[in-house]
Amino acid sequence: MSGAAFTSFAGLFDRLRAAGIASEDVAPPAGAVRRAVRMAADDWGRLGQAAQAAGCRWAAGWGEETAEGMIRLNACFEQDGTYLLAHAEVSRKHPLLPSHTPYFPGADRPERHTQDMFGVVFSDHPDARRWTRHQAWASAEYPLRHDFPVAGRPPERTPADYRYKFLGAHGSGVYEIPVGPVHAGIIEPGHFRFQAVGETVLHLEERLGYVHKGIEKIAVGRDAAGLARLAGRVSGDSTVAHAWAACMAMEAAAGVTPPPRAVWLRALLCERERVANHLGDIGAIVNDVGFAFGFYQFGRLRETWQRGSHAAFGHRFMMDAIVPGGIAQDLAPEHIEPMRAAAADLHRQVAKLMAIIYDSPSLTNRLLTTGVLTPEAARALGCMGYVGRASSLDFDVRLQAPYPPYDSLPVGHVLHNSGDVNARVRVRHEEIVASLDLIEALLARLPNGAVRAEWITPATGAAGIGSVEGWRGEILTHVRFGADSRIARFFPRDPSWTTWPALEVLIDNNIVPDFPVCNKSVNGSYSGQDL
Amino acid sequence: MLRILGKIQRIGVITEPLPPSDEPALVAVGEQLKEQIGARFNGSLAIRQVDAGSCNGCELEIHALNNPYYGIERFGVHFVASPRHADLLLVTGPVARHMEAALRRTYDATPEPKLVIAAGSCGADGGEFGVSYASCGPVSGVIPVDAVIRGCPPTPLELMRGILAAIGK
Repeated sequence: MSGAAFTSFAGLFDRLRAAGIASEDVAPPAGAVRRAVRMAADDWGRLGQAAQAAGCRWAAGWGEETAEGMIRLNACFEQDGTYLLAHAEVSRKHPLLPSHTPYFPGADRPERHTQDMFGVVFSDHPDARRWTRHQAWASAEYPLRHDFPVAGRPPERTPADYRYKFLGAHGSGVYEIPVGPVHAGIIEPGHFRFQAVGETVLHLEERLGYVHKGIEKIAVGRDAAGLARLAGRVSGDSTVAHAWAACMAMEAAAGVTPPPRAVWLRALLCERERVANHLGDIGAIVNDVGFAFGFYQFGRLRETWQRGSHAAFGHRFMMDAIVPGGIAQDLAPEHIEPMRAAAADLHRQVAKLMAIIYDSPSLTNRLLTTGVLTPEAARALGCMGYVGRASSLDFDVRLQAPYPPYDSLPVGHVLHNSGDVNARVRVRHEEIVASLDLIEALLARLPNGAVRAEWITPATGAAGIGSVEGWRGEILTHVRFGADSRIARFFPRDPSWTTWPALEVLIDNNIVPDFPVCNKSVNGSYSGQDL
Repeated sequence: MLRILGKIQRIGVITEPLPPSDEPALVAVGEQLKEQIGARFNGSLAIRQVDAGSCNGCELEIHALNNPYYGIERFGVHFVASPRHADLLLVTGPVARHMEAALRRTYDATPEPKLVIAAGSCGADGGEFGVSYASCGPVSGVIPVDAVIRGCPPTPLELMRGILAAIGK
């Protein structure tokens, strides 16, 4: 592959050349990434600086210990739908290199995760506090290094986290509200620290990591099927999208091509997952401002939809439906007509309900101008999915970096620019409609044939990257194989890494009672970010 | 407003009947649940749900218990915000070590007599996550558990059956 084909990153490489920074082209991992470069560790920060100046998006960053005992830092950038993977290596003894966070605020938590899990020190990171680590392992222990046993050395009883320095606020009338980790509703655990004056939020600080389950560590040594099952439980509401991204990465690494019918059915599963989640969330968002009618109506639609998934695929969330090489179970022909009819019916019902919602001023008054995320803030954090698209960030993997079958399907283009809760509701509504259109197209043109390809044992060290537009946005998954098809490294980047920090920003100057609706409109996954 | 009323009228009460496959089971389970709750909990069973490390799959199905199809409140079950108000803890997930203390505290904050149900494969035996540096595994390794509801995730009907079995013991 010649450099000329990558006009997307021309600006970045021009800048690196002008600054006299060397980069060496290396073979990219299989799959979504088109070009890979190796940098000197000392140049890591200047790479970030140049990438920011060139307008690239910092999509993901993760660490990896190499067979030679070096720690490799990876950063994946995206521009115009093309992915570039850069890496630099540091020794285990002196794991020090500059940070990307000064140029990409969205790199903050991923770098702190790498710091906690690998012991890497980012020399100019503006916030070196721990992130994923609470009290289950010691500060000098790094769970993702090879010499750290999977069982760890946990205390007999792990104490609650303490001595984490939250940002304080002082002054007349300023008070603090700590919330969580156990929340009042049926939701995942996390801690929120509000600084408020009267009803107004001055500042919100999130403390996550409570549901850290060691996913990256326990992935090591699994076979391909075992990794697909684990990926399907990174975030239960995104089981299809995560399993797909992991299988895409594994298949690319192993050189396995899933049959066309399997790929089309994967898209069908993924669109069904998108519809189910958006239905539930619209109901929950309007319920958070007291519109119970919407909660029950959308709850009804979601339940009916999930039952449809169960009837056709044997599981209400379609868990474990995607397996390495294809899908576990073909769609029986008798389900196609009922599914088309159900999609057409949902189309009509959603149109009627949304007309009521848009026509209820007492409701929309609570959603308009609430929780505004400006395009600038969204871009700085690398937001994506409905959060990005409600703030005029026009990135959708299905459109900008299309993968089969979306490269031969019309994907509806949804974009809003006001960045408030209302815009996020509208994006979700329009995405339901676009997904229903896709489901119609998928069912109408579903190819015939097998649904699973034979698995091929990949070469030791083979790596792949999968990129899938899940319902929250781009899921970017890196997989590396060791010997005998066993996993050596798994890193799934859920979109929530970028949208959790956005919640901290968009809640500023809103009232505390509007936090639930703002939070629900973003709906980050705790499990997907805590890993 | 007229459209809302029109919609409500057209949809009507959808709580019953359920699709034929589930209907007899749900009604039967629901009625037994109501009877048991009437006899043992004076008509009202308060549940505090605790996610101790779940992937959120179980939470979605527990949520579904409150949708109009299942409407579990009609049988006397309601979810409460504080463990102080709870008769029963419904705990999901392998217990993440980072949630261990929070789970113990929630348990301690729940007044006696109390019941604990570990829901989902992970809560039952650690599931896909097992025991590791980050996970304590099953809920029973951290707090006393009275009953287990398996499934990944358990369906709403399985959850109702499990709650019935736990309170009928």
